[in-house]
Amino acid sequence: MKSLINAGVLPVHAHQGGPEKKTWTLIEKLLLGLTPGQYLGQALRNPFNWILGIIFAIGLPLMAYRFLFGLSVVTHSSNDYPWGLFLGFGLFCMVPLSASGFMLGTTVEIFGRHDFEPIERLALLNGLLGYFFAVVYLLVDLGQPWRLSYPMVVSFGPAAVLFLVAWHVATYLSVQIAEVSVAFFEWIGWLGGKRWVRRLTIGLTVSGIILSTLHQGALGALFLYSPGKVHPLWYSGAFQWIHFFVSSIPGGLCMVISVSTIVKYTMAWRCDDNFLDGLDRCTLGIAKGASMALITYFFIKMIGVAHDNEWGYLVTGWGYWFILEMFLGVVLPIFLFAYSIHNRIMWLVRATGFLTVFGVVLNRLNTALITFNWEIYQELPHIFEFIIAVTVFCIYIVVYRFILYRLPILYQWRDQPQEAVAKEAVSASASAPNAA
Amino acid sequence: MSAISRRRFLAASAAGCAATTLAGSKNALAAGSFTGYPDGMGVLVDLTRCIGCRTCEAACNKEQHLAAPDKPFDDMSVHDEIHHGQKRRPDENAYTVVNRYESESSAKPVYRKIQCNHCAEPACLTSCFVNAYTKTHEGAVIYNGKVCVGCRNCMIACPFNIPGYSYSSAFNPLVKKCIFCYDTRLKEGLPPACVESCPQQVMTFGKRTDLIKIAKQRIKNNPEKYVDHLYGEREMGGTHWMYLAGVPFADAGFNVHLGNEPILNNVKDFLGTVPMVLAIWPALFTGFHLLATKGKDGHGHGEDDTHHIDGEGDK
Repeated sequence: MKSLINAGVLPVHAHQGGPEKKTWTLIEKLLLGLTPGQYLGQALRNPFNWILGIIFAIGLPLMAYRFLFGLSVVTHSSNDYPWGLFLGFGLFCMVPLSASGFMLGTTVEIFGRHDFEPIERLALLNGLLGYFFAVVYLLVDLGQPWRLSYPMVVSFGPAAVLFLVAWHVATYLSVQIAEVSVAFFEWIGWLGGKRWVRRLTIGLTVSGIILSTLHQGALGALFLYSPGKVHPLWYSGAFQWIHFFVSSIPGGLCMVISVSTIVKYTMAWRCDDNFLDGLDRCTLGIAKGASMALITYFFIKMIGVAHDNEWGYLVTGWGYWFILEMFLGVVLPIFLFAYSIHNRIMWLVRATGFLTVFGVVLNRLNTALITFNWEIYQELPHIFEFIIAVTVFCIYIVVYRFILYRLPILYQWRDQPQEAVAKEAVSASASAPNAA
Repeated sequence: MSAISRRRFLAASAAGCAATTLAGSKNALAAGSFTGYPDGMGVLVDLTRCIGCRTCEAACNKEQHLAAPDKPFDDMSVHDEIHHGQKRRPDENAYTVVNRYESESSAKPVYRKIQCNHCAEPACLTSCFVNAYTKTHEGAVIYNGKVCVGCRNCMIACPFNIPGYSYSSAFNPLVKKCIFCYDTRLKEGLPPACVESCPQQVMTFGKRTDLIKIAKQRIKNNPEKYVDHLYGEREMGGTHWMYLAGVPFADAGFNVHLGNEPILNNVKDFLGTVPMVLAIWPALFTGFHLLATKGKDGHGHGEDDTHHIDGEGDK
């Protein structure tokens, strides 16, 4: 793509473009304004696509194998570990890393910090895709995925925590689709839709906060069903849901830092100056927010240990593992953020973002898989289970990239369709006499 | 005239409110100590009588039309089987298993029959988001495979590690566990197949309330033979299958750290916060929004931001 841009090709960023200033058709927009040959050429030149190709060549047949012959052919069919990597990673890690949408939505829309607007759409999209792919992982894991809608329409178990998770994730997905649809409406050129959704912004953002508080917490509360199975250091009868909710905040924020870093270095052609110039400032602001959440998280984790008087466990093997998780994922990031933010060392801020994401993932894997059944036995996932989990994650990356290439997420849409401009001019002139 | 009737109306409503509140709190207290349906049936398993012959496993297999096992039911080598350091557990092909344990307090090995304990307040039931489980008034915990989505949260929740899943089925995988022979026997008032088959009368079928009395009587009559505890009387809020043993329960593979609270009590506090968040957050965050942005310049998105225009109107 870089070489094409050096050769003078401009990717679509407006309704009209190209040498003759013609209006792009949908197909041309999908191809980024390139000819099919140019598009295919740049895709084939990208070595990352070849890696993805190899993963899909192995992983997609395995997924078909799983759906045709059942979960037993790709997992250990464990009755002691009913939730494996698909939920342990796919649901419990993807959801906290997708808290970005409601965090940045709140910053910009509720607190009116419009200086974070350049990165708001990336955070919203990151939220939407993370949730969507958490549901994809869920579909791979469910015994009967075609019954996914049953808790909504067929049979209700409203006293179950998972019922709340199902309803809230479904509702929140719709909210996030509405939030991201603004970019889509700009891209297809339907300003009426954009204006209509924009009017709902505050409502959507507040519902986002409510739903996120509850289901991020509810994912933690799910483990309240298995008090003896999760290791006491990762289990807190009183605070489990707050631990999960609070740790989702640095998780989501640092995921935005991580994704924006990848975008900055691999997709700079797609970013406009507004995004690139504001990125360091936004990253610093987000890192400050993440630091505060991490400090809070550290203290409430310690309160959790103190509340159940679990200090004794800290000097066991599991305790060392807990201390390592807390050190790498929480304490070290707090100090690295403090140092790098103070001295404006951007690479270190970004690296710490990645470290924090790793810490949140490690915490969720520890709770759901690694320390689960700590008194029974530990289980390594089946190799096919691992490959399918990686494959779904790669599909996530491809979809993510597909959208970032096209929708005005990293750049601002430059113009408006002719008729819309004309209409606005008419309405402006019509309302002018009234106002006067 | 109208004032009087209004006063009467208010008095009546106040009384009504008070009555509802009181009735409500009374119900809540009652719900907290639910110990099962009064006429619910149960089984008392006396491990001191069990010889590990596996007749009950065979009877269960036949009654529930389960797949034939790899080793026949008269093969006692299964007692030596270890999977992941664990003895056998119930799964999709065996709703009940008998395991052998060695205990320092007994020269002879101890055998323990494992199956669903049919909790009074089952964890599987409370964790199920499609309500696939039912606690019947006869005492059984049954399962409706027609609504099960296959999330396997019940398996996560079960403190006794009972439910198995038929992972090998691609198109109709289901949770598989002992259902107290509900469809074929319990509904008619008959004891389950395993109880009937036992040559040693290890199991006694009866009303749970009666079984507790029988168990206590046995301990009283033979204090040197039994450990003074009825496992399942209170564990996890009480179970309908209960155990007597001649060795400490931990020696016979029982989890003795479960406590007496049903799993439901663990999640109640969180579920209680849900309506509060739903009710308080809208005003809280809309309030933050107004406090943070009202009267400030340069925060609007332009013309499509109607909510700012309201704020500016009453400056």
